[in-house]
Amino acid sequence: MTNENGRFGIHGGQYVPEILMNAVNELEEAYNHFKNDPDFNAELNTLLNEYAGRPSRLYYAEKMTKDLGGAKIYLKREDLNHTGAHKINNVLGQALLAKKMGKTRLIAETGAGQHGVASATAAALMGMECVVFMGEEDTIRQALNVYRMRLMGATVVPVTSGTATLKDAVSEAMREWTNRIEDTHYCLGSVMGPHPFPTIVRDFQAVISKEIKQQILEKEGRLPDAVLACVGGGSNAIGAFYHFIEDEGVRLIGCEAAGRGIDTFETAATVNTGKLGIFHGMKSYFCQDEYGQIAPVYSISAGLDYPGVGPEHAYLHDIGRAEYVPVTDEEAVCAFEYLAKTEGIIPAIESAHAVAHAMKLAPTMGKDQIIVINLSGRGDKDCAAIARYRGEDIHE
Amino acid sequence: MSKIRNAFTNGKAFLSFLTCGDPDLETTAAAVRAAAANGADLIELGIPFSDPTAEGPVMQEASLRALKNGVTTDRVFDFVRELRTDVTIPLVFMTYANVVFSYGAERFIAACHETGIDGLIVPDLPFEEKDEFLPLCHKYDVDLISDVTLNSAGRVPMIAKEAEGFLYVMANGGGKRTFEETCTVLAETMKTVREYTDIPCAVEYDYTSPEQAETIAGLADGVIAASALVHLTAGQGSAAPASVGEYVRIHKNAVK
Repeated sequence: MTNENGRFGIHGGQYVPEILMNAVNELEEAYNHFKNDPDFNAELNTLLNEYAGRPSRLYYAEKMTKDLGGAKIYLKREDLNHTGAHKINNVLGQALLAKKMGKTRLIAETGAGQHGVASATAAALMGMECVVFMGEEDTIRQALNVYRMRLMGATVVPVTSGTATLKDAVSEAMREWTNRIEDTHYCLGSVMGPHPFPTIVRDFQAVISKEIKQQILEKEGRLPDAVLACVGGGSNAIGAFYHFIEDEGVRLIGCEAAGRGIDTFETAATVNTGKLGIFHGMKSYFCQDEYGQIAPVYSISAGLDYPGVGPEHAYLHDIGRAEYVPVTDEEAVCAFEYLAKTEGIIPAIESAHAVAHAMKLAPTMGKDQIIVINLSGRGDKDCAAIARYRGEDIHE
Repeated sequence: MSKIRNAFTNGKAFLSFLTCGDPDLETTAAAVRAAAANGADLIELGIPFSDPTAEGPVMQEASLRALKNGVTTDRVFDFVRELRTDVTIPLVFMTYANVVFSYGAERFIAACHETGIDGLIVPDLPFEEKDEFLPLCHKYDVDLISDVTLNSAGRVPMIAKEAEGFLYVMANGGGKRTFEETCTVLAETMKTVREYTDIPCAVEYDYTSPEQAETIAGLADGVIAASALVHLTAGQGSAAPASVGEYVRIHKNAVK
């Protein structure tokens, strides 16, 4: 779907400082070389299967289905991957690629900490140095993940510039890459940033929809009517959508973090409230003011608390192939609690945004219809924050 | 011919960067006039952006202070109009792609022309993406300034060949180098540049003395003082213009 200049329609591109151009070109060249290399792919598949635990299950949520009384609901259990989220798919791919490129050091940004944990994991496994940039506010919201990263030998750098959240962590990681390109690979965690990142990350996450397609055909003998996933930068969503893009009958629904509501300033719903802009290496939609200053977005979910969206999502929105709906903090928290009580599965608060929209959508659909929710991560990391949201002061 | 060339007709050029509105536009105006009076050959006016990814924390803090004080693109254009009542040296903007894009690229670049801005530096617009603004810059006679870094090996010829106004040579970043190493790589880079263009070249480098500034200038056509002046402004606030003038006088004398 990517065209030659790394564009998705008008979106994407390579809007980075000159000092990074040789680095992104080197990465593109290496990726083009290895992506069809049988040895590279065999090695990656072994890692995904033996280490990360793929394929992940496609679980029929029977109690939830009966309770909602409409479409049949399946959960794609990315939460059961090693490290507890879909992030590992991309990280194993990029770390292996970096190693083949002769890099000895991984740097990464992280919001909720899942991508940071995955990066620290891959670095430990492959004997690489790892430095993770994390907004200071997020290091507080996700203290447990900070500890997990350190436990695996990574250095976590709290970012205090700007709003001290995910966007600032991305900026800081880009700056660090600028200062040290020779031995360092920037392991970007989402389908964003300059080309070739949106394509590389998409390709490594596309295993999700590849598996869903096989699994649903085995179980139901047909494709689903809708695939739902939460969208921050959009890596789990593009992974869950990718192999269905060609299947026009499958609705693709991205669930954005509306925070306290899209009619407030405390939101991170980029497609719903943002406008076209150029930032973090790409042309896409961004939450920004009338002069193009990037907005200080808000969501209860540190992983969705980002003012932009990946360029391929922007394109899928433009052509009407995917829909992007807002889901508020309150709706996501209710879904978090609902899935825990109904199915005994605690979803990541990010993934709970997709569950929340499924709870609205399923009852409006027929019993012969099928929804797949990409459960991108598990929610252990969020329990303390959700308890606090509900007024319970628990400490880990 | 581009008016920017005038900046390079008085010995080695001394270019000064100032963030518009840090701490307020009145101070910036006084600093621009002080720099011009003390020999600055060209001023780069930074339009603040919330997330200046190509620069370090000092520059970001300056931008955020300016934004907090209510500086907007419209106010910066008014500010330039006022400056142009008496400031005659070349002025260029330095700002990020989204500031230009969100204002409406044509509206922005037309306003540059109308207010007397001679060039535009966009650090997150590399050679591959310059067509985003280049046709409009040609239409309104504003030079879109290209940059090379000391890590641009292999890319220098294509960038140099099409450079307009002056070539911005970024000698900071790209790994730790001693001053001597920087000078060696800079000299090599300049040698390549000279094979492809005779356009003036100015070097941004965080030199630590007037002597270093002189050495750097000797390898090109001028030097750019950026973070040093932002540091001065950050430390002294509205008292900064006098120090900016003094700084420019000392360094222009050293390099020229």
